[in-house]
Amino acid sequence: MVEPTIYEISSNGRVGFRFPESDVPRVDLPDRLKRSDLPFPEVSEVDVVRHFTHLSTLNYSIDKGFYPLGSCTMKYNPKVNEAAARIPGFSATHPLQPIETVQGNLALMYGLQEFLKEISGFAAVTLQPSAGAQGEFVGVKIIKAYHQSRADEKRTRILVPDSAHGTNPATSSMTGYEVVGVPSDARGNVDLASLRDICDETIAGLMLTNPNTLGLFDENVLEVIEIVHQVGGLVYGDGANLNALLGIARPGDLGFDVMHFNLHKTFSTPHGGGGPGSGPVAVTQKLADFLPAPIIGIVEEATEDVPPLYGFITPPKTIGRVKAFHGQFGVLVRAYTYIRMHGPDGLRKIAEHAVLNSNYLLSLLRHRYTLPYDRTYMHEFVLEGVWADAPDVQALDIAKRLMDYNFHPPTNYFPLIVREALMIEPTETESKQELDAFATAMLKIADEAHSTPALLKEAPHNTPIGRLDEVKAAKELVLCCWLPEQE
Amino acid sequence: MFIPHTEVEKKEMLKGIGVKDVKDLFTDVPEKFRYPKINLPPGVTEMEVFAELNDYAAANEPVGEMVCFLGAGAYHHYVPAAVDALLRRGEFYTAYTPYQPEISQGTLQAIFEFQTLIANLTGMDVCNASHYDGATATAEAGVMAYHHFRGKRKKIILSPAVNPQYQEVLCSYLCGFEDVDIHSGKLHGGLSDQPSDLGALIDDQTALVVVQYPDFLGRIQDFSSLVYAAHQSGALVAFVVNPIALGLLKTPGELGADIVVGEGQPLGIPLSFGGPYLGFFATRKEYVRKLSGRLVGETTDAQGRRGYVLTLTAREQHIRREKATSNICSNQGLMALAATIYMSLVGKHGMRQVADLCYQKAHYAASEIAKIPGFQLVSKEPFFHEFVVKCPSGIDEINRDLLDMGFIGGYDLGQTHPELTNQMLVAVTEMNSKEDIDAFAAALQEVTHG
Repeated sequence: MVEPTIYEISSNGRVGFRFPESDVPRVDLPDRLKRSDLPFPEVSEVDVVRHFTHLSTLNYSIDKGFYPLGSCTMKYNPKVNEAAARIPGFSATHPLQPIETVQGNLALMYGLQEFLKEISGFAAVTLQPSAGAQGEFVGVKIIKAYHQSRADEKRTRILVPDSAHGTNPATSSMTGYEVVGVPSDARGNVDLASLRDICDETIAGLMLTNPNTLGLFDENVLEVIEIVHQVGGLVYGDGANLNALLGIARPGDLGFDVMHFNLHKTFSTPHGGGGPGSGPVAVTQKLADFLPAPIIGIVEEATEDVPPLYGFITPPKTIGRVKAFHGQFGVLVRAYTYIRMHGPDGLRKIAEHAVLNSNYLLSLLRHRYTLPYDRTYMHEFVLEGVWADAPDVQALDIAKRLMDYNFHPPTNYFPLIVREALMIEPTETESKQELDAFATAMLKIADEAHSTPALLKEAPHNTPIGRLDEVKAAKELVLCCWLPEQE
Repeated sequence: MFIPHTEVEKKEMLKGIGVKDVKDLFTDVPEKFRYPKINLPPGVTEMEVFAELNDYAAANEPVGEMVCFLGAGAYHHYVPAAVDALLRRGEFYTAYTPYQPEISQGTLQAIFEFQTLIANLTGMDVCNASHYDGATATAEAGVMAYHHFRGKRKKIILSPAVNPQYQEVLCSYLCGFEDVDIHSGKLHGGLSDQPSDLGALIDDQTALVVVQYPDFLGRIQDFSSLVYAAHQSGALVAFVVNPIALGLLKTPGELGADIVVGEGQPLGIPLSFGGPYLGFFATRKEYVRKLSGRLVGETTDAQGRRGYVLTLTAREQHIRREKATSNICSNQGLMALAATIYMSLVGKHGMRQVADLCYQKAHYAASEIAKIPGFQLVSKEPFFHEFVVKCPSGIDEINRDLLDMGFIGGYDLGQTHPELTNQMLVAVTEMNSKEDIDAFAAALQEVTHG
């Protein structure tokens, strides 16, 4: 059923919310400054609640079922996180209040910085970046600022392996670097010979996603980092896949110079239908002075009976500010809650079970789907969604057919180096029963692809709406609701 | 808690994989660095963590327990109960980005309605699915203008009355393009600066002129001659707006804006110490292909049923890769939903009412404060819900004394604008009763006349 838009249920004169009448003497805004009409809907509270409740039922969500989207880490979002971020002592604080009145917020943020440093093995952390992509931007800007501070102006290029996370190339060019691709070898690692060939003194750095988007831990990671360091480049770690490494290995120990975290992936904060995310950045000691301002620090040490005073610190060579205020604070509270509940053992168990789930699910599927790299996988794996003896069927059709079995499809067509890629990340919060059920559906679809391909081509059949005409959307570009005629 | 595996199941799974121990799955990790010691406090239960968080929260003095006259980019407004009730539906907040439209129509239609509401509020043709906050939306306006002229116009002119943090973020974003030249005018101590002062900076190298409306100091200035001058030289004009003010004020669209950006926090989003907030970005139809970020468009399925999809995705980073003009991927989906619910619920009548309440109360507060000996209302032009007062002593000191009396005072302009030392930016919203305002004026008198 098609849900009408909020404008279509509007009725002239209906009111959904009333503010109190003014209690001060009236002063009028000059007419010349006033707008004429305000084309907004007129609806009641019941209209609004039913409209958005209906809309919500048209969504798939983690609360509803399994969400094996590769590289997105769609793990369960604990409910306590939501309650925590809404404690009025947090949610009703103004970002510019005097620091003495927000010591609780600042202590929590300081604590989270310390947690992230310890988990990643780095010396300093900023919580400011709004999402992973902004974290990458900050990381690459820091690399640039570092080279500039050494008057090393010849570095104009950033290396991005073909198995890297999708935002990496755009990030590099946004910061004014030329992007140079690095191919993978036959085992899905960065190809060392090509890397050595490309590396010279024009390289500012390498953006490495490890485990990469194939779900593979680079077997030569130490060597890759060493090659880049030898020519004076820095190595950026994309933290999108950190879930596989919690308590298993610390990127700082491996030799990375800078990395970002996705709190909305690894640390269970909700994706919210496309945000808010949060993308803190960690760096080694030699890059700490370049972090965006401000970071949270202790501005007055504790004494015997007085706790320390937390406040804002501007790193001496800061790359500047990348967002207003101090970061996605509500998201930070959720991530803090999650880390605090897990502790070191709990974090390691997250990674172990994420990797266990991924390899187990792979063991159920690999005899029916082509696996391009035959290795032990980390938290995710990539299959080919295509068979030589079922030529009509593509990865997209498999994805759409999965919806009929009440599963969210995997990420498809990424990474680009795998033909008809289906990138599957189960996360640690799924049970064996859930994985078995998903595998059963995937195997059934493999059968259908051969016996009744039309069933896949026309899928989905059981969703609120069928496959949508994307060409028409781009051609007609209807980007706003139809508005009823004004009175 | 969140990991459902039993020991028996784990054994079965390991057997299925063909390994003995879960440790055997990590042999690709260099042995030397495998299983590092992580020095964190041991994990605790939900009950314990919640108690700890309550302790942190109790160490704050939130605006609810004080009377707040602080704004400067984040505003204390009432959030109707229905907003959070709907936002807490797991179907919304535990969903991913709507890349699979058949099972994401809820998110997609809500964003489509958001785009419509913001376009109508600002008087623009199109709006995207959101940016991180008002500051990054402003920066993206600079990026868009730079690419619109294919890098041939290198100058961006910033009004000095744009939020100083937004100016900083714009500079952080654009300094990657080495040759971009950012100019900003000067504020005058007595606030006698005029938008037309910027006219002298505009030339045929100018890509964009950025103004704020109402500006950082609360003023509603006349931008007509500046907009005319910018357009005469072929430059684009971006307005940074407060969405609540647009419940009353003439739209930037009517005033000639090409781009309208702003901070959506006042539309039903809690203060939450500065985030998550909501950047919005609206523009004219002819620039739609230059917009960064996600866009939702209407279409139909095979049976002709109306539905929504992410459209014009070829502009975005995951398709265009290094040729994309922005790497934005996540937006502020859930915050855009909050604003959509707020704007729908409050509606045509309520948007005017809340804007009017802010305007009335701010003007009452300004007139009361101006009566205090030693205080002077610096704002001479029309203002919306913020105004500047010159105080007889340092703002930092006044604010500390006010805190002891239960007030969060206004923003100390001297921190960011040395020419405005001893001047306070006071924000008033519908949350401040006449009683609060009278008490605040009395407190100001008391702390300065001891």
